[in-house]
Amino acid sequence: MPLNRAILAMGAVVALFAADLSMTEAARADDGIVLRRGNATEPESLDPARSDTVNAARIQEDLLEGLITLDPDNHPRPAAAESWTISPDGLTYSFTLRSGLVWSDGSPLTAEDFVYSIRRAVDPAIASTYAYMLFPIVNAEEIVKGQIKDLAKLGVEAPDPRTLRIHLKRPTPYLLAEMAHHNFLPVNRANVEKFGMSFTQPGNLVSNGAFVLSEWTPQARIVMVKNPKYWDAANVHIDKVIFYPISSPNEEFNRYRAGELDITYIVPNSQIDFIKKTMPAELQSEPQFELNYLGFNLTKPPFAGNPKLRQALSMVIDREAITGKLMRDGSPVAYSVVPPAGDPAYTPTKISWSSLPMAERIAKAKALYAEAGYGPDHPLSIEFRLQTDEDARKVAIAVASMWQTALGVKTSIINEEFKVLVAHRHEKQVLQVFYDAWVGDYPDASTFLDMFISGSGENDPGYANPKYDALIAEAAGTADQAHRRSLLQQAEGILLEDNAIIPTYNRVELYLVKPYIKGYRPNPCSYTYSKDVTVLPH
Amino acid sequence: MLSVVIKRVVGAIPTLFVIITLTFLMMRLTPGGPFDTGRVASPEVQANLLHAYHLDEPLYLQYFRYLKDLAQGDFGPSFTSKDFTVTQLIRQGFPVSLQLGLSAMALAIVVGLALGTFGALRRNQVADHVVIAFSLVGIIIPNFVMAPILTLIFGVTLQWLPAGGWGNGHQLAYKILPVIALALPRISSIARLSRSSMIEAMQMPFIRTAYAKGLPRRLVLLRHASRAAILPVVSYLGPATAGIITGSIIVEQVFSIPGIGRYFVDAAINRDYTLVSGVVIFYGCIIVLFNLIVDILYGVLDPRIGRR
Repeated sequence: MPLNRAILAMGAVVALFAADLSMTEAARADDGIVLRRGNATEPESLDPARSDTVNAARIQEDLLEGLITLDPDNHPRPAAAESWTISPDGLTYSFTLRSGLVWSDGSPLTAEDFVYSIRRAVDPAIASTYAYMLFPIVNAEEIVKGQIKDLAKLGVEAPDPRTLRIHLKRPTPYLLAEMAHHNFLPVNRANVEKFGMSFTQPGNLVSNGAFVLSEWTPQARIVMVKNPKYWDAANVHIDKVIFYPISSPNEEFNRYRAGELDITYIVPNSQIDFIKKTMPAELQSEPQFELNYLGFNLTKPPFAGNPKLRQALSMVIDREAITGKLMRDGSPVAYSVVPPAGDPAYTPTKISWSSLPMAERIAKAKALYAEAGYGPDHPLSIEFRLQTDEDARKVAIAVASMWQTALGVKTSIINEEFKVLVAHRHEKQVLQVFYDAWVGDYPDASTFLDMFISGSGENDPGYANPKYDALIAEAAGTADQAHRRSLLQQAEGILLEDNAIIPTYNRVELYLVKPYIKGYRPNPCSYTYSKDVTVLPH
Repeated sequence: MLSVVIKRVVGAIPTLFVIITLTFLMMRLTPGGPFDTGRVASPEVQANLLHAYHLDEPLYLQYFRYLKDLAQGDFGPSFTSKDFTVTQLIRQGFPVSLQLGLSAMALAIVVGLALGTFGALRRNQVADHVVIAFSLVGIIIPNFVMAPILTLIFGVTLQWLPAGGWGNGHQLAYKILPVIALALPRISSIARLSRSSMIEAMQMPFIRTAYAKGLPRRLVLLRHASRAAILPVVSYLGPATAGIITGSIIVEQVFSIPGIGRYFVDAAINRDYTLVSGVVIFYGCIIVLFNLIVDILYGVLDPRIGRR
């Protein structure tokens, strides 16, 4: 084939694609009011029982509506349930559904649907990661563990189509807050049984929320349109919501600047100064129910049985410098385990020395460091593991230099891929110090404090203190909220004085919102509902 | 010709088998599993999850189960896109990567050949130096630098084109920047290759003969020189096309394009065993196919190689 013919052929290929490419879909006026949201990564599933990330939950919460939702201040507000009562012993919750609720296919939505969905969430065959959140319900734990096979034995019942009753095995004052979690969202039984694992795909999914799914192109976008059958459809002012999975904050920021997104998921930390200068009115922030901390491996030397060394390392960390100079995003420093942004009635316990000036802290730390058997001739040399992440690395470098300057500690910083770090944390073999962020699942202190119960699967430091375990157990069985909170505060105090972890800061979530978007405000547990948003003409 | 094709296809089977086995083992030897999220509230929950995906079975059983499913054309469920099977994801992502890749390759061939030939015919003149400089820049500046620069200029600052995304899949505007970003390094490579082979071809005795016969320069170039000059380019095109259509990891990430290149990275990071294996096997098949096409094209273009 001579060159001229080859070029002709190539030209034909280009023309072919150009023909295909030129079939552009003009922006249609009948799309109505559209909301475009950046949404981090591709959701692992739209099935509430098989997903575990915030970005997946955000989509589900627009498609499916649970019994209650949480307002921006973490207070429960009625959703599919119009009201509820709690028995005096705190063991029975009765929800009354709104009358006339229907699914998007027109079939009635009844309390039975919720019974089915909650049973499904504890079904070992579904293997929901968040099944443990339902453990307060009678027999939930036994069903998850396979000790009870009959799902009907779960303490959930529907005495009539509009009443749902949940029976608990112990008082759980945070149950209402938990019920906003996506694990409690309803799914349509007929829908699930008809399509199996693919019931969440567009065209298949029957939903009851403010929107219905219309397109899902993995790694590109998820489109949903207004659900005319939603009970409060008259107050939904958006016709279409598009979620874009954009994993890189920088790419997301570019697309926001290009006018392709109305709300971002996050803000790239490196651009904060530029954003503050060029678009200050669009930058929003929300304190998160999240703790960024350093954990020790308490099961091996040098940290096992060496609280003085741990306290010395904690004392010399200048948290104000980390948040003020490194993060620069308004994140508050942390001297407690439980972040303040969760339960408004819970006052977190602070480390006793938190108000000491830095110079005094360093002097005290030097003494403790020497008492622990270390000094200039015999410096501590440790490995500090963290996830490969720019922000985490910045913090780690700062911490290592604070340790070096104040105490002469030699730190090697080891970046690890997230899964590798998680594996090392669980095995506790090579682990010495690690960096982690923990986000509360529901606005209650127990979501942080339960983590450190002896033998808990989440207890990566390997902390074990019978006094602590006893207080947590006692709190779990206490119906009186005030007393329960004081027990949890005591437990938090023990954890802090034991220096099991080094709390550093509580993150503030920064995101960008176009000036024409009104009513968007995620709460500290990241619950946001597109239906609350209005898009002004722009 | 047919026997050559059959021989090559049969020969590819052991290669693919080795790829499957290695991918399977390497993924499972990597620390961390698909469901290690840092949250193990209850060991029972974790156990249920592993059981649901047969990950609690001994490795050899998992391997044979995987081979058996594979023999039936089933790549299995994705662990991280739980609502889709691997086959669904590849079927969804490949046309996007294919369209992007073929468009970029077509652009690269047309522009690259034109530049290369242009440079060769003006050897050591200013125009030639410009071509060489351009191709060096194209090779030196990596995609992960070029793509964001294009986005910033044309998407964010000028706002002529979308800064990212794929629209509804049929909109031309979304494809221009990624196609250019993907084509640039290939334009450079093709320009360099075709320039040097054209220079070489122009010194061949048969070119002198052609001129001696009194053929016009245009015909000498197009009918004789180009045919010899294009061979190295063709051998470059096979693997390059296979690589480009199976998804550019960087360009797809930067522009948030739903092609299969993105699955490579996401699946590996998330330890999505089935998706990684599925994509690698698919990639292997495409490479085998394109090498075969190149071999056949070679036979057609170069009579010296002949039909063995």
